[in-house]
Amino acid sequence: MFELQFDESKCHACVTRDCLTRCQYMDLDAQAAGIEMEKIISGQDSRVLHECRTCYACEEYCPTGNHPFYLIVKRQEELGITPLPDPIIRQGIQVGVPFRGDPEITEINGPVLNMGVFSPLARLAQGKLFEDLTRISTDSRKMHHFFCQLMYLHFARTSVINQRLPGVIETISAYKPTEVVHFHDECYGTYTSYAPAFGIEVPFRSIHLFEHLYNRLTELREEIRPVNYKVAYQRPCSSRLSPDAHAYVDKIFDLIGAEHVSRRYVDENALCCGSTIVSQKQEGSRRFCLELQEENIEDMKQAGAELCIFNCPACMQTMGKQVAENGIMPIWMSDLCRMAIGETPA
Amino acid sequence: MDSVYAALVEIVGQDYVSTRTEELFTYSKDLGTSEPQWPDYVAAPATAEEVSRIVQMANEKNVAVVPLGGGLSLAGLALPLKGGIELDLKRMNQILELNEKGRYVVVEAGTSHGKLTAHLHKHAPHLMHSEPGAPPAATIGGNLAIHGQGDLGHPYGFNSDMVSGMEVVLPTGEVCRFGSCALGNSWYTLHPLPDVSMFMGWSGSTGIITKVSLRLFPCKKIQEQDAFVVEDEELVPDILYELTHVGMAEDMMVVSQEIPPPFNRLHYILINISGDSRKELEFKRQLMFDDRLSKYIQDGTGGIGAGGQEVPRPVVSKTSDWRKGGGFEYVGAIMPVTTYPECYKSGVEISGRHGIPYTTLGRVLGSGHSMMFSWTFAFNRADEETVRHARQALHETDEKVLELGGTLWKPAVFGQKLLMDRMDDGTLQMMQKVKHMLDPNGIMNPGNWEVA
Ligand SMILES: Cc1cc2nc3c(=O)[nH]c(=O)nc-3n(C[C@H](O)[C@H](O)[C@H](O)COP(=O)(O)OP(=O)(O)OC[C@H]3O[C@@H](n4cnc5c(N)ncnc54)[C@H](O)[C@@H]3O)c2cc1C
Repeated sequence: MFELQFDESKCHACVTRDCLTRCQYMDLDAQAAGIEMEKIISGQDSRVLHECRTCYACEEYCPTGNHPFYLIVKRQEELGITPLPDPIIRQGIQVGVPFRGDPEITEINGPVLNMGVFSPLARLAQGKLFEDLTRISTDSRKMHHFFCQLMYLHFARTSVINQRLPGVIETISAYKPTEVVHFHDECYGTYTSYAPAFGIEVPFRSIHLFEHLYNRLTELREEIRPVNYKVAYQRPCSSRLSPDAHAYVDKIFDLIGAEHVSRRYVDENALCCGSTIVSQKQEGSRRFCLELQEENIEDMKQAGAELCIFNCPACMQTMGKQVAENGIMPIWMSDLCRMAIGETPA
Repeated sequence: MDSVYAALVEIVGQDYVSTRTEELFTYSKDLGTSEPQWPDYVAAPATAEEVSRIVQMANEKNVAVVPLGGGLSLAGLALPLKGGIELDLKRMNQILELNEKGRYVVVEAGTSHGKLTAHLHKHAPHLMHSEPGAPPAATIGGNLAIHGQGDLGHPYGFNSDMVSGMEVVLPTGEVCRFGSCALGNSWYTLHPLPDVSMFMGWSGSTGIITKVSLRLFPCKKIQEQDAFVVEDEELVPDILYELTHVGMAEDMMVVSQEIPPPFNRLHYILINISGDSRKELEFKRQLMFDDRLSKYIQDGTGGIGAGGQEVPRPVVSKTSDWRKGGGFEYVGAIMPVTTYPECYKSGVEISGRHGIPYTTLGRVLGSGHSMMFSWTFAFNRADEETVRHARQALHETDEKVLELGGTLWKPAVFGQKLLMDRMDDGTLQMMQKVKHMLDPNGIMNPGNWEVA
């Protein structure tokens, strides 16, 4: 099986221990962080394994790109310290089981848009911004064949990811794509961060949706009419695996004339949407999640956001309604970009 | 011309009677596994008076009369087992009175649940009735005739517990009213007069319900569904006990099904809650999840599977998609909540033996006083072998229900016989007397609830 390529020496040499000291949900100074990290490295129990909210952020905070989060999850599984109750883990694992036959695959030999497990959202990928891409995984009955599986990081189950991911990669590769634009951050993070970290070979080139949108908008620059909205962006957990791609958020906003409001919980300090926290075993998780969401939305309001931009369906599902009830319009990034070139949002 | 046909034309008019094969064909079918049964006539009366004239004529000519609402019972209960007149009541669909302050609505019995819901949305959005999970064409009368239950089952019980008045045409043609309306008063209560309403649960074999006063309940602005998931079926009764203690839910169902995979071998306790504000909803959630269920969350045996979802409906019919050919039928039974684990296990076992992906569902009635538990079996309408398996599975389940100490709900004829075989003698004789007294010629939905 695949093994996490984790370089202990980098960790031993680390002074700042950013992975844990910058954690928004645990309070550890550098010394305590060092002790806990050493425990984790050596396979011992650590409070971190119990208190981790699985927000992925330490992957981004690590100054050496050493995958602390993947290690935490791996250890949680090895030691049977699961952040979620057992039935929720079973439910989650079963979500990814395909049950409606195999997808019909034809060779594309061109760029494709991978909807992953979000086929029902294929309607979002329409209009000029997507016209040069062939969409794959548009049939919701077959979408689990395209499910990147990364979600199981929340479930302390790298074993499930490692077992299923090669098959998913094989399915996507069978289309013979020249490059794959991933609709969801989670897929992009899987193929560009997780798979290399575990030595899983990915034979196609991956492009983040935001990079694609930015490039297309640049090509269509003449048609852009500034949207003139003040916007907040709900950064999803998996975007922590691709901080480079996250940089496109501001580039897109600048290009289409959206004002990215200045707020506390932004970029590296973004708050989790809470979709997994709400169900966690730690005492008071449900309330904690609500308070987190309230704080997040209040921050958007204080900053004067008129729109909240989502790219992750889980974030949208978890927070969209609440955002709207607070007078901020939830909207997909793709829709915002389409509005900028005069198209009607899906 | 056939004299029955002529009489029907006389009563309801040419347009509302038929003996045409293609129309009789439609009425010969049921959605479930029942074999087709052909009526000789179909008639669609518009008033209680027309209904009365039809049954009087049917008595004279000794022809069977089978009331039909939406025809959605699935158990073949509105099929004309002995031919005769299929009485389609869907034209009797007027909403006669909406009393907001008194919280009741008077409708003709052929009014569909969907129509009533739409009417309330428009004219009294802060009121609701208990709507079954059946397709919206299900009628108020048909649902009461089989003791149905709806989405207010947890706080208020069976739909037949929510009746404030009723008008019935007896099998011999008399039109009777029950409750305050019998005194010429408004239709606000069924009690406290002597209880002579012997029509609910009889599947139309003791009379035809023509008007109903239904209780309405507060309808809050926000309605959402949360799910609490457990893997161990033995925990379900305890969790339901906790939840019914706080009584915050409007509807509570426990679903487990093999397909789609996330539901397989797990038990989803679906909790519908409502509130006029987020504050109210959150108050309810705190009582349920933080106060009552946190012990399961912390020990890892139960978890919040979803929160704040839209309320989907109907749930059961999706099962028909699991098999090519789109058929399904379920055994419904009223069970003690404590039997949940056994009910579930028997569903897995019986379905497995017949090669059908299992689907089970329990709906809490009252404060956990009982639950309606259903075992659903999918089949391919075009494949007789799968229909045979489903039918066999239904029969085995009927027997299992009795073995588990349950009571069959809206049983098909097979199940009715099982129940009557077990019933104590005195009760059985009383049923026989009631039936004989009300329907001396045995014309009403013959074949159903026939005491041997
Ligand atoms: C997908 C699905 C989900 C369902 N979910 C539910 C549920 O959640 N709760 C529930 O209670 N049921 C449910 N059902 C069962 C059934 O559809 C409903 O109970 C429905 O309300 C029955 O009404 P109907 O008008 O279709 O009755 P019919 O099937 O037309 O009639 C039922 C019986 O009542 C008799 N009858 C009809 N009208 C009258 C009348 N006016 N007077 C006297 N007798 C009459 C008929 O002869 C027959 O014996 C479900 C069915 C399906 C297909």
